[in-house]
Amino acid sequence: MGNWLVDHWLSVLILVAWLGLNIFLFVYAFLIYEKADKYFYTREILGTALAFARASALCLNCNSMLILIPVCRNLLSFLRGTCSFCNHTLRKPLDHNLTFHKLVAYMICVFTAIHIIAHLFNFEHYSRSQQAMDGSLASVLSSLSRHEKESNSWLNPIQSPNMTVIYATFTSIAGLTGVILTIALILMVTSAVEFIRRNYFELFWYTHHLFIIYIICLALHGMGGIVRAQTEDSMGESHPYNCSKSFHEWDKYVSSCRRPHFEGHPPESWKWILAPIALYIFERILRFYRSQQRVVITKVVMHPSNVLELQMRKRGFSMEVGQYIFVNCPSVSLLEWHPFTLTSAPEEDFFSIHIRSAGDWTENLIRAFEHQHSPMPRIQVDGPFGTVSEDVFQFEVAVLVGAGIGVTPFASILKSIWYKFQRADHKLKTQKIYFYWICRETGAFAWFNNLLSSLEQEMEELGKIGFLNYRLFLTGWDSNIAGHAALNFDKATDILTGLKQKTSFGRPMWDNEFSTIATAYPKSVVGVFLCGPQTLAKSLSKCCHRYSSLDPRKVQFYFNKEIF
Amino acid sequence: MGQIEWAMWANEQALASGLILITGGIVATAGRFTQWYFGTYSIAAGVFICLLEYPRGKRKKGSTMERCGQKYMTSVVKLFGPLTRNYYVRAVLHLLLSVPAGFLLATILGTACLAIASTIYLLAAIRGEQWIPIEPKPKERPQVGGTIKQPPTNPPPRPPAEVRKKPSVEEEGAGGPQVNPIPVTDEVV
Repeated sequence: MGNWLVDHWLSVLILVAWLGLNIFLFVYAFLIYEKADKYFYTREILGTALAFARASALCLNCNSMLILIPVCRNLLSFLRGTCSFCNHTLRKPLDHNLTFHKLVAYMICVFTAIHIIAHLFNFEHYSRSQQAMDGSLASVLSSLSRHEKESNSWLNPIQSPNMTVIYATFTSIAGLTGVILTIALILMVTSAVEFIRRNYFELFWYTHHLFIIYIICLALHGMGGIVRAQTEDSMGESHPYNCSKSFHEWDKYVSSCRRPHFEGHPPESWKWILAPIALYIFERILRFYRSQQRVVITKVVMHPSNVLELQMRKRGFSMEVGQYIFVNCPSVSLLEWHPFTLTSAPEEDFFSIHIRSAGDWTENLIRAFEHQHSPMPRIQVDGPFGTVSEDVFQFEVAVLVGAGIGVTPFASILKSIWYKFQRADHKLKTQKIYFYWICRETGAFAWFNNLLSSLEQEMEELGKIGFLNYRLFLTGWDSNIAGHAALNFDKATDILTGLKQKTSFGRPMWDNEFSTIATAYPKSVVGVFLCGPQTLAKSLSKCCHRYSSLDPRKVQFYFNKEIF
Repeated sequence: MGQIEWAMWANEQALASGLILITGGIVATAGRFTQWYFGTYSIAAGVFICLLEYPRGKRKKGSTMERCGQKYMTSVVKLFGPLTRNYYVRAVLHLLLSVPAGFLLATILGTACLAIASTIYLLAAIRGEQWIPIEPKPKERPQVGGTIKQPPTNPPPRPPAEVRKKPSVEEEGAGGPQVNPIPVTDEVV
């Protein structure tokens, strides 16, 4: 627990600050609407539901402002770059931007529920007090009509006893925009659940653009001025403390109390969301501008198992290891952008991606490139965007774990090491790399095999065999493969991969690995990088905490997970 | 977009609508709003819809993540055969269920969401999708005692003797057999 806190203290701080802000805003608005004098008459009809509705509204404004910021990935990339002198703990929250986005979204859903329920009570109370014939204060207040010459004196938006709440809702700006934006919110949430997002990404992507409707309706929501407070002048003239008891006599000349006058609030949602909207629009323009620049495809390679490698160049493109880009191919789909990790090293004069056939878009793209006689499809590129792999070279010892397709960012890292070696780059802080590659079968990654074999050769030539320690684990083995491997036990190279390093079968025993590393490097800071499934993240994260010593001078394991 | 199974999204939407109907119904009934009996209907309809939609159908390609504990409801939903398998039936059912809730403001949101779910189910039905229950995989327990009849008569296969001896040959180094400074006796019995 102590180690986890040291790693994540900034994220925890941000979370606590955000929760605190929500609680503060809720209580602040609640107390105003529950206690302030200008709402005395409003409360007479509505009760505490008014305060609940307004308090949740304030929190909704705040959260709607916050939700757009974590998805401005160019801005976050920029922050990451400018803070490169900060230590990695300070930049960690930038990696959790999508988690924060989801948390804020859940909070919006919770407050929306509170807000709607409170307003259901409000409309019901307004309706009842309009229909009430008992001469109570509530019914007198409701009879203040907006059609009389003092047009400001109405309080109850439901002006006739025959008007149903449904009619009142759909004929008021607040009601109509409220219903529309709630439906947009629900559709966004149901199409964004993990199951839909992982398996039918395009559905999620297109439906999520309903946020535009949400934002527009939110900005318009408060325009009707339906929440009414007594005006200052009216309070000066007939304060509720003095006049609320004598409401029978408001119309008579002899009493000192006049009818109260009410005014609606100007809308305030737009003040909250204007800045993030501007930021987001700027972000989209930036993405569009960057994508319009010409991309030249220098080489196309078809690897076995339907893997396509594209090597490209673009003016002004510069990358770091492990970054990713968004790719769009207008001839396949005009609007879709898909993320791919860059598999080339920054030292190369091109950038490359490896695309595996995994769905509609990728299949169509690979097919488009397979037709050798038709002209090459045009590609648009946005990025690169940073992820934690940039930090690899900051650690003395790096443990890299790639599961299946998650090995791709490490292709870039390993290639970069190769180049740094060739140039004898002394700025390389890393002294040792442990690389674990876990996959079901190596068929789809034959291209990665080639990379590893050239690295093996390279290291032998430079005499630095100890620098990179890599192990391959095949989880999809059966007795045939195992038998084959046992028979070929002696051969210098592995029969499956052709590499000098023998393939292991099954999964790594992380406890053993971590304790070996901890004993070999007792005073170092070890960075653990994973690109793979959540279960593996959990076990690695646990091992990191278990084997990090509480003494900051001894071995420390820092865990980083790549999120897509 | 060709590979999207619309029924999966319709299922999520319908489940959400069920919950919204229940919530709106509780608010209307507890607050004794005007025409609150529609709220009671809404609670019942919401519960029914949640139970019907809870078991997720099987995806055409790939593995499907089950919802927690859905196997009990899967067996019940399976019993109705074509009524629950066919998505046209579900589309019409949801549309009909949503109508009475539309008379009350508290539940009208549920109506709208359920109507949308019904439309998506209609789209799924037109594309020929069907609800396929997720069957539990039969657990293949290897018969532990079944194949052991007698203890093996031959020793297990080993690589040939030269291979086994190799490491000790390498350890002796290039200079020939090792000369021990202190006499060593082999204590293997």
